[in-house]
Amino acid sequence: MKKSLVKIIAIATVLVSVSCKTDTAPNYQFFPNMYDSVGYETYSESEAFNNGVEAQLPVAGTVKRGWLPFEVPNTAEGRTFAKDSLVVPLKMTEANLATGKELYGVYCSVCHGTKGKGDGNLVKREKFLGVPNYKDRDITTGSIYHTIYYGLNSMGSHAGQLNEKERWQVALYVNKLKADLTK
Amino acid sequence: MKKVKHRNSTSKVLGFCLAFLLAFSTSIFAQGDPVAGKSLFNSNCAACHKLDKDMTGPALRGVAERLEKDWLFEWIRNSSKMIKAGDPYAVEIFEKYNKTAMTAFPQLSDADLENILAYTSEEKKAEVVPVAQAGAGDASADSGMSTDLVLGLLALILLVLAVMLFMVTKTLNNLAKQAGVQAEETDSVWQKFVKNQFLVLVAVIAFMLFAGYHAFGFLMQVGVDQGYQPVQPIHFSHKIHAGDNGIDCKYCHSSARVSKTSGIPSLNVCMNCHKNISEVAATTADGEYTKEFYDGEIQKLYDAVGWDGTKYTGESSPVKWVRVHNLPDFAYFNHSQHVTVAGVACQKCHGPVEEMEILEQHAPLTMGWCVNCHRETNVKVEGNEYYAKIHDELKKKYGVDQLTIAQMGGLECGKCHY
Repeated sequence: MKKSLVKIIAIATVLVSVSCKTDTAPNYQFFPNMYDSVGYETYSESEAFNNGVEAQLPVAGTVKRGWLPFEVPNTAEGRTFAKDSLVVPLKMTEANLATGKELYGVYCSVCHGTKGKGDGNLVKREKFLGVPNYKDRDITTGSIYHTIYYGLNSMGSHAGQLNEKERWQVALYVNKLKADLTK
Repeated sequence: MKKVKHRNSTSKVLGFCLAFLLAFSTSIFAQGDPVAGKSLFNSNCAACHKLDKDMTGPALRGVAERLEKDWLFEWIRNSSKMIKAGDPYAVEIFEKYNKTAMTAFPQLSDADLENILAYTSEEKKAEVVPVAQAGAGDASADSGMSTDLVLGLLALILLVLAVMLFMVTKTLNNLAKQAGVQAEETDSVWQKFVKNQFLVLVAVIAFMLFAGYHAFGFLMQVGVDQGYQPVQPIHFSHKIHAGDNGIDCKYCHSSARVSKTSGIPSLNVCMNCHKNISEVAATTADGEYTKEFYDGEIQKLYDAVGWDGTKYTGESSPVKWVRVHNLPDFAYFNHSQHVTVAGVACQKCHGPVEEMEILEQHAPLTMGWCVNCHRETNVKVEGNEYYAKIHDELKKKYGVDQLTIAQMGGLECGKCHY
C-alpha cells in the first residue's frame, strides 16, 4: 500500500516537473554538440577579440569585398560637389527603376511617402517631422546618393542597409519621383 | 410696435456679431494662427528644430520673445547672407551649431512666418494620458488576481476536508479500539485487484499505452522551441515598430534580403530614427507598459550606443540580444533565398510579428515543418527565360501545371544537410 503511494507520488512529480517548461528559456536538445556551431555564429560572443564580440569592424585602411570607399566627404562642400559632379554609374533601365522602387518602399517611403511628397506613415502619425516634398528640394541624383550615404539633418545614413548599386538604384527612382512631382 | 422692437434687436445682434468677428479676425492677422503655423512648422522646420529640445538647430519655443521679429524674418529667408554680413548674433548661432547652414526659406510669406511664430509662442501643453487604457489594464490585472484567489481558496478547502477526513478516521479507529470491536479480516481493495489477473492485464496495457503516448510526446518536443520567448536586454516592441508604425521588416533586418542571416540590426539603424525620437508619445503607453517604461528602454539604447542627447560620446557597449530563432548547426537555411528569390513573406515563418509586444518563436522549425511547406508551395517560374526549358521538362515529367519546391529537388537531403 505504502509503496504504491510512493510510486504514484514519484510519477506525479515527474509529470509536473516536465509540464513546467518555461517559455523564457530554450528547450532541451538531444545532442547539443550537434546543434551548436563549433565556429562562431554571426554576432556571437567571442574571446578571440578584445571587445568580446565576433562581429568586428574592418581594419583601418581595408575594405569589404564588393564594397568601394566613397571619397566625397560628409560636408556642405561635399554635398555640392556630389550634386554637380557625381555621375550615375547605372543606366536608367526599367529593371534598375523597379529595384529602386522596391527598395524605396522598404527604406524610404515610411517617412518620405510612396510618392515622395513627405507624407509617409511616420510623418502622418507625427513621429517624425519635417520630411520635405521632393518637389521643394533642389536635388540631383548625385546629391540624393550623397544624402543616402551620409544622411542629412534628421535623416540618418542608410549606407549600411543598401550597397553601392542599390543606393544608385534608389537615387534614380527618387529622381524619377521628383520629376513626376514637378511635372 | 412689437415688430419694430424685434427688428431692432436683430440688427443689434448682427452688429455685435460683426464687431466680434472683426475683432477676432484682426487678432488673427496680428498674431498669426498657431494651427496653420503647426503644419508649416512640421513640414518646413521640424527636420532640424524641435520646440523644447536642441536638435540640428536650437529649440524654438518662445523664439519670438527672445528675438526681434524683423531679424527672425531675415534669418529664416536667408541666414547665410546675414552671417556673411557679419551680424554678431547670426555668427554666434552659426558657430554654436557646428557651422551648419540653415536651409533658406524665401518662399515663406510674412503671414506664413507669423503663423509659425504664433505656433512657437504657444504654451507647452501638459500631455494627456489616456485614462481608459490604464483602467482597462487595471481591470485585467484584477480579474487575474481574483482567479488566483478562487483557486487558492478551493485548494485550502480541499486541504481542510482532507485533514478532517483523516482526523475522523483516526477518532473512529480509536473509538473502535476502546470499545474492543474487532474489524473483520477481509482483503483490501488492492489485494483483490492483485488477485484478479484480468484486471491486472488490462491495467498494465492501459498504463503502457498512457506512458508510451506521453513518452513519445515528450521526446518529440525535445529540441523544439516553439513559443520560446526570451527576455531581451532592451525591451523592443515589434508591435509598435512594425505594426503601429508600419516600418518594413527589411528596414531593420536588411541583411535578410542579401545574406544567410536576417541579422540583428546594428544600433546605428535604431539611431536613424531614435536620434530624433527620445521619448514615446503618451498614446503609445498601453497597460503595464507605461510611457516611463518605454522611455527608460530608449535610454538603455542611448547608453549602449553612447548618445548623450546631442552627440555621440564614443563610449559604446554591445547589447547582448538573445537569439530567438535558432536552427541546429546541421541544417542550412538561407534567408535571401527565401526572402528575395522566392518572395516569401516574413510572416509565413515568423508569424504575426507585427502584433507581438514580446517576440516569440511562432513556427516549430522542425524538419517536418520545412518539408511540408516545400511540398505545398509552388515555385514562381514565370518570366524566367533562362530555365524555361528545364521547367517545361519537369512539368512534363510530373504531369503538373505548377511545380512545387519538392518537385524541383527541394526535398533532397544535401539541399539542407551537408
